[in-house]
Amino acid sequence: MAEFRLPPNSVVRTGKHYPAKDGVTRSKRFQIYRWDPDSGENPRTDTFDLDLDRCGPMVLDALIKVKDEVDSTLTFRRSCREGVCGSCAMNIDGTNTLACTQSIEDIKGDVRIYPLPHSAVVKDLVPDLNQFYAQYAAIQPWMKTQTPAPPDRERLQSKEDREKLDGLYECILCACCSTSCPSYWWNPDRYLGPASLLQAYRWIVDSRDEYTGERLDFLDDSFRLYRCHTILNCTRTCPKSLNPGKAISEIRKLLLNRTV
Amino acid sequence: MTTRERPLSPHLELYVIQKPQFTMALSMTHRITGVLLFFGLIVIAWWLLAIVAGPEAYAGAQGVLGSWFGRLILLGWSFCLFYHLCNGIRHLIWDTGRGMEIRQIECSGIAVLIVSIGLTLLTWILAYASRGGPA
Repeated sequence: MAEFRLPPNSVVRTGKHYPAKDGVTRSKRFQIYRWDPDSGENPRTDTFDLDLDRCGPMVLDALIKVKDEVDSTLTFRRSCREGVCGSCAMNIDGTNTLACTQSIEDIKGDVRIYPLPHSAVVKDLVPDLNQFYAQYAAIQPWMKTQTPAPPDRERLQSKEDREKLDGLYECILCACCSTSCPSYWWNPDRYLGPASLLQAYRWIVDSRDEYTGERLDFLDDSFRLYRCHTILNCTRTCPKSLNPGKAISEIRKLLLNRTV
Repeated sequence: MTTRERPLSPHLELYVIQKPQFTMALSMTHRITGVLLFFGLIVIAWWLLAIVAGPEAYAGAQGVLGSWFGRLILLGWSFCLFYHLCNGIRHLIWDTGRGMEIRQIECSGIAVLIVSIGLTLLTWILAYASRGGPA
C-alpha cells in the first residue's frame, strides 16, 4: 500500500529568513528546502530575498548566488549550466525541471525549490539516485549483438532506422520524469519508471541491436513495465521535451504484436 | 559516525497541493469516479430490487432518490459515469499509441471535461423535460 503522507522525520518546518540588503529595488523571494544530515533536525525551508539586478537570469544562478554570498553550506548538484548534463534537476515552482534552464522571470510569486519528489535526501537539494541508476543499468543500455562486427567499418544503419532514435537518444537521465510519476513513487523498487523505460525502448528500436526479443522478455512484467497507468506527468515535465509516455506505449504495442 | 535516516522529499505536497498538475488531476479523477461508480451501483441495485419487492418498497426508494439529496447523489453519479466513460475512451486511444503528444494530451483532457459535463447536463435536461418540469 502506498504511503501518502511524509514520515515524521521528513515533515518540512519553516527555517531562517535572510532579508535583502537595504536599497534593493528588484527583490525576489526564494524558498529553498534544506536538510543537514549532521543537525539531527527535520528538513526546513529557508527564505532568501535576492537582488535580481545582481543575479543571473536562471534559477541555478540564484542558487549559486546564495551559496557564494549568503549561505555557503547550501548544497546542490550542478555542472554544465546549459541543460545537457542533467545534474541540477530539482522541483522548482511545483514542477520538476533543470535549474539551469528555468528562467526566474517565468515564475510568478515566490520561487519554491525542493529536491526531486519522493526521493531519499542526501543533503539539501541532493537526492539519492542510486536506485535510479541501478534501474538504468538493469535495462542493459548498450548495443548487444551476436554477429561479429564488420572488420573494416562500423555497423551501419539506414537514415530511416537512425531517425527512429530521434526523441530517445537526447535523454540526459536527469530523473525529472521518473520522480514526477506517482506509480514510481509508490513502487520505486519494482517499477522501472519512465526514464529507464524510454532508454529501454531506445535500444529496442535500434536496428543494430540483436537482442530485441530478450529485451522485451525482461520488460514483460506486471510491475517493471505495466505499473505505468498513463498518468503522463513524465511527458509533461521532461525539460528536454521528450515523450517517455509515448515510448512506454510503443513498448506495450510491440509486446502485444508479439502475442497476436 | 552514525548516519541519520534520510528524509523523504515532499511529493504529493508539491504535485497536488502546491501546483496541481493537469495530467495527474485527470488521472486521479478517473480513479475516484471509478470508486464512486462502484458505490453508486449498489444504490442502483437497491433501486432495482425495490421495483421487484413491490409498490410499497418502490415508493420508498423513489422517495429517497427523488428527494433533493437523492437527486444530488444521482447528479454526481451520472457525472462519474460520463467522466469515467469519456476518459476511458481517451485511455483506449492512448493504448493504440495515438494522441500522446503533450498538446494532444492537454486538448483531449479538456475535451473529456467539457463532454462529460455536457452529457451530464443534457441527461438531466432531457430527464426533467420528459416528465414535464421539476416537481
